[in-house]
Amino acid sequence: MVYKVPYSISTFVRRMKEHKNVTLDHLKPGQKAKIDTFTDYEMSLKLMEMGCVPGEIVILKHIAPLGDPIAISVSGYLLSLRKKEASTIIVIVLSED
Amino acid sequence: MSSLLKIALVGNPNSGKSTLFNALTGLHQKTGNFPGVTVDKKTGVAGISGEDGNILQVTFIDLPGTYSLQPKSMDEEVACEVLKNKNNPDYPDKVIVVVDATNLKRHLFLVTQIIELDLPVVLALNMIDQAVTLNTEIKITTLSQRLGIPVIPVSARKQTGIEQLKKVLAAEVPLSGKKFVAPEINPAAESIARYNSISVIVNDIVQDQADDQKLSITQRLDKILTHKIWGFTSFLFVLLLIFQSIFYLASFPMKWIEELFIHFSDWGRLYLPPGELTELFINGVLAGMSGIVVFIPQIALLFCFIAILEDTGYMARVSFILDKLMRKFGLNGRSVIPLISGVACAVPAIMGARTIGNWKERLVTILVTPLMSCSARLPVYTLLISMIFPKGKSIDFFNVEGFVLMLMYLIGFVAALAAALAMKYLIKTSEKSYFIMELPVYRSPRWNNVLLTMVEKVKVFLVDAGKVIIAVSIVLWVLSSHGPTGKFEEIDKKHQLAPTLSNPSSVAAEKLQASYAGIIGKKIEPLIAPLGFDWKIGIALITSFAAREVFVGTMATIYSVGDTKNTQSIREKMMAEKNITTGAIVYSRATGLSLMIFFAFAMQCMSTFAVVKRETKSWKWPLFQFAYMAIMAYGASFLVYNIFAH
Repeated sequence: MVYKVPYSISTFVRRMKEHKNVTLDHLKPGQKAKIDTFTDYEMSLKLMEMGCVPGEIVILKHIAPLGDPIAISVSGYLLSLRKKEASTIIVIVLSED
Repeated sequence: MSSLLKIALVGNPNSGKSTLFNALTGLHQKTGNFPGVTVDKKTGVAGISGEDGNILQVTFIDLPGTYSLQPKSMDEEVACEVLKNKNNPDYPDKVIVVVDATNLKRHLFLVTQIIELDLPVVLALNMIDQAVTLNTEIKITTLSQRLGIPVIPVSARKQTGIEQLKKVLAAEVPLSGKKFVAPEINPAAESIARYNSISVIVNDIVQDQADDQKLSITQRLDKILTHKIWGFTSFLFVLLLIFQSIFYLASFPMKWIEELFIHFSDWGRLYLPPGELTELFINGVLAGMSGIVVFIPQIALLFCFIAILEDTGYMARVSFILDKLMRKFGLNGRSVIPLISGVACAVPAIMGARTIGNWKERLVTILVTPLMSCSARLPVYTLLISMIFPKGKSIDFFNVEGFVLMLMYLIGFVAALAAALAMKYLIKTSEKSYFIMELPVYRSPRWNNVLLTMVEKVKVFLVDAGKVIIAVSIVLWVLSSHGPTGKFEEIDKKHQLAPTLSNPSSVAAEKLQASYAGIIGKKIEPLIAPLGFDWKIGIALITSFAAREVFVGTMATIYSVGDTKNTQSIREKMMAEKNITTGAIVYSRATGLSLMIFFAFAMQCMSTFAVVKRETKSWKWPLFQFAYMAIMAYGASFLVYNIFAH
């Protein structure tokens, strides 16, 4: 599969509508999702070298006691990121548990 | 042996790179700086035997951990620069890339990038023992073929595979020449392409990547340690445990060291020929050294605990649970690590702030870290606490001293946050702030690493502080045992005329007052009198601007001058000290508290000043820091003294 990083808002909005996707910060603890695309180019570079690549499965593992940041499991390890950063990752929800 | 073979160790943070470095080089390490920048450079020389039996001398260079060759912080920049620039003096002949065998996919990202640099690369497949435990099977020969480089399974922690690794390094390492992605103009597309080709490799060589099993213990622990209530509770509990044990456990060796030094000076008095030089040795050097050596147990313990927190992976959780709070104060979750390390020493802590990518957050962290009570304040606090809160109130393990000490650390922390909040509004920036950070798997501490860190830090402390302290002690001894011509003789004559009124200690006290040091102390007394300090404390304050721990040594020297018996410890001497005119105890509770607060806030450390200048590349910030901390210290001490004195 070939993934593309959208750079325009319109692409982003269209994708959101098509897939009924959510951004990563909206997952509930234990929920599983697949990374679809990113909305922030600069952020996506950082996230990708940390293993957050389109197609990767993520699970929301922990939410910090004060509600932010969150910890997800991705490509076999735990990654912590802020909700603001997570909101730039569009995911397809896979499980509801 | 004109030029040694240079082998660099590269890898992601938490790949076990440093443990492997330790296993390869043992104790033959030295820490320096990369030229031009202040990133720590660890090098170690070791002999590896080649096939022909010849021993090859190799310099191993431990490069800072990085996730990719697109640097995002100063640390990562250094690693990339060394690997990419052929003219760099550290440009390696060979490279060991260290990867975590239980997390191959992400780690191979960096590996493929380094292979494409056309350097001879050997892959150290670390933590292979854990991969085996998790039933993860890795086809090593296939991996080696796919990457085109030698792959050696090792366990740095259990020291297996090290010899094999050395053997491969001693021989000629062929270039891989492989490319994993077509060169792309767009870095994002390149990253995706790279991951795609890595995925293909990983799917072929790894069987059964049991992710959930791998994370299971970590997850269960994290459920508690990042829990809404238990997360903070356990953090406070850990802190309390550390401070209580520092006070309790260290008290035994400290007593032995104290006694040892008293023996030393008694011995010196007995066997050394009497004279100026003996006096200088006993009352200057020995007294100054005893003041500092005595605190080594506490400092060693403190560094030991910090190393354990880092090594187990708990420190990253502390950043995680405190990030939101830290952000409110203009800091970052990552600031927690420098702040907590600041409890040991501000110098490495300030350098540790390099992992913070955002300049403003990094600067504020640097500016407030010295407010955290460092180990150099420990001697001062310990001495003063034991004087103003006499023993006898301890209930088993919990003791009053430990509690007051923890309070002092808490004051430092609150002051650091308050200062950060003020600076949040003073310093402007538009740069984005990030908190994308790995939470490593919990591991039991590698005692070898902990021990090495501890030994290294204590050594640095002893050598660096020791040099300053001996120099200051000698100067101080000269200044306090000599005075303007004629003054000392006058005092002697006065006492000879009225022998009934005088005793040796009052002669010594008068002489000290008439000495050069006394004159200086008296000069600044009006300035510090509102804080409850006398001229002797004044002398110690001046000398401790070189480094805080000099305070105790100075006190030891001042109170030893003219003392020919030397059987009391400094503490006893200071507690017995009375104001000559009023007869009141000098170290009252108000003065003691005021002095502790002064030490808590003032930036009395030349090394910190120097490191801040280096890290911020300007005079402006260290000067600003010095000024704001001095004002805080004076104001707070003034308040405390006036509240408790009345």
